[in-house]
Amino acid sequence: MKYVSEFRDPVLARNLARQIAAEADPARQYAFMEFCGGHTHAIFRYGVHDLMPKNLRFVHGPGCPVCVLPVRRLDDAIEVAEKHGAILCAYGDMMRVPGTGRRSLLSARAAGADIRMVYSPLDALALARENPQAQVVFLGIGFETTAPATAMAILQAQAEGLANFSVLCNHVLTPPAIRHVLEAPGIDPEQAVRLDGFLGPSHVSTVIGAHAYAPLVARYGKPVVIAGFEPLDVMQAVLMLIRQVNDGRAQVENQYTRVVTDTGNQKAQGVMAQVFTLRPAFEWRGLGSVPDSAFAIAPEYAAFDAEQRFPISDKASRETKSCECPAILRGVKEPKDCKLFGRACTPETPMGACMVSSEGACAAWYTYRRAEAMGTPAPALEPAQ
Amino acid sequence: MCLAIPARITALHDGAMATVNAGGVTRDVSVALLEAVAVGDYVLLHVGYALHLISEEEARETLRMMAQTGLLQDELAEMAGTSGGQGA
Ligand code: SF4
Repeated sequence: MKYVSEFRDPVLARNLARQIAAEADPARQYAFMEFCGGHTHAIFRYGVHDLMPKNLRFVHGPGCPVCVLPVRRLDDAIEVAEKHGAILCAYGDMMRVPGTGRRSLLSARAAGADIRMVYSPLDALALARENPQAQVVFLGIGFETTAPATAMAILQAQAEGLANFSVLCNHVLTPPAIRHVLEAPGIDPEQAVRLDGFLGPSHVSTVIGAHAYAPLVARYGKPVVIAGFEPLDVMQAVLMLIRQVNDGRAQVENQYTRVVTDTGNQKAQGVMAQVFTLRPAFEWRGLGSVPDSAFAIAPEYAAFDAEQRFPISDKASRETKSCECPAILRGVKEPKDCKLFGRACTPETPMGACMVSSEGACAAWYTYRRAEAMGTPAPALEPAQ
Repeated sequence: MCLAIPARITALHDGAMATVNAGGVTRDVSVALLEAVAVGDYVLLHVGYALHLISEEEARETLRMMAQTGLLQDELAEMAGTSGGQGA
């Protein structure tokens, strides 16, 4: 069992692996989607997939913020910086994502646009204070983990009267994305990925709370187990999913009770409800148009909405040709199915968003299972035990 | 960016701001989204906002795991590398 010696409690890891093997019904196939890219990373890093029985597989979900942002929205951000002369502030993960014609924020910056990498919207607010003559635009991306921070920054800008601050809002929501994966609209049922349950995200769930998944579970009859980030958490959650499937149950269960509560952070939910409104639909890379799945800035805060402030042009945005990122985000393909993987596309020269972020499936495969994905067997990293 | 970092509150300031230490990096963050916090508390930090109180043990284990996976280094570099950070 590779890497097991690095687990917090190797004995517990072996026991859990044994328990999973004993309870997994050999007559069934189990497919569990880990929604969150952080889980993908942990599963790969610790070789959790190698500790699972043959009839159990993990399907990578769309929970990687830069991966799901469609190329058009990135092109818009570049336009705001280049054509409208704004200081554009973006998270580090965004900087190398290729847009149309493989132009990224980094290459736009090299060509003279004023693009800054920030850790927090607080940094963008500070830039707006320091540069009162300039327009400062924060590129808001991410799920319910980053959306409250964006909402708070807008409230802060309003309180301070920072008229030169605005947000290009691309925040997306987890439960509608899970719903979309399950409904797979427009996808031939033969081609749709068959799933038996979900590992619920750790940190998103600290904000929205375990109860947020209850309507989904009731409607679609697939279990959700919220799991912590530790590999032991993931294994424990897998065991809980197996038990639900075997018993014919579908419930929201919370493995990560150390941190996640039923109701989540209500202050954070409150500021999101105050500052944002639901877009009727939003385009996701891979998933296409997903109803009620993203935030726009509410009309009361339109003064801070970059989409209102700048005339953003219509443009023909295009993904890199042959990049399989969209199909990978739906769970129907794997990075090894992409002919650019590890050849034209590497973390140093990413052709698609899934290779850029450490939360992306291509980056995880590249880091941990490159040889296997490229068709040569992986060298043993630690003697089998 | 999507992952939270555990941090310890080392000082509280006006305007619901606080100084925290995360894996050796010191930074000012907002605690406006928490009900009540005190110096010495451990929090989960999302892009400059504390969103959850956690136990010291949980903070330690999460930091250890993030360090092992290489995720911690990325997050800390971003935290330290921009205007609000003060480096390790
Ligand atoms: S390997 Fe690169 S080009 Fe291929 S799907 Fe992944 S990100 Fe896209």
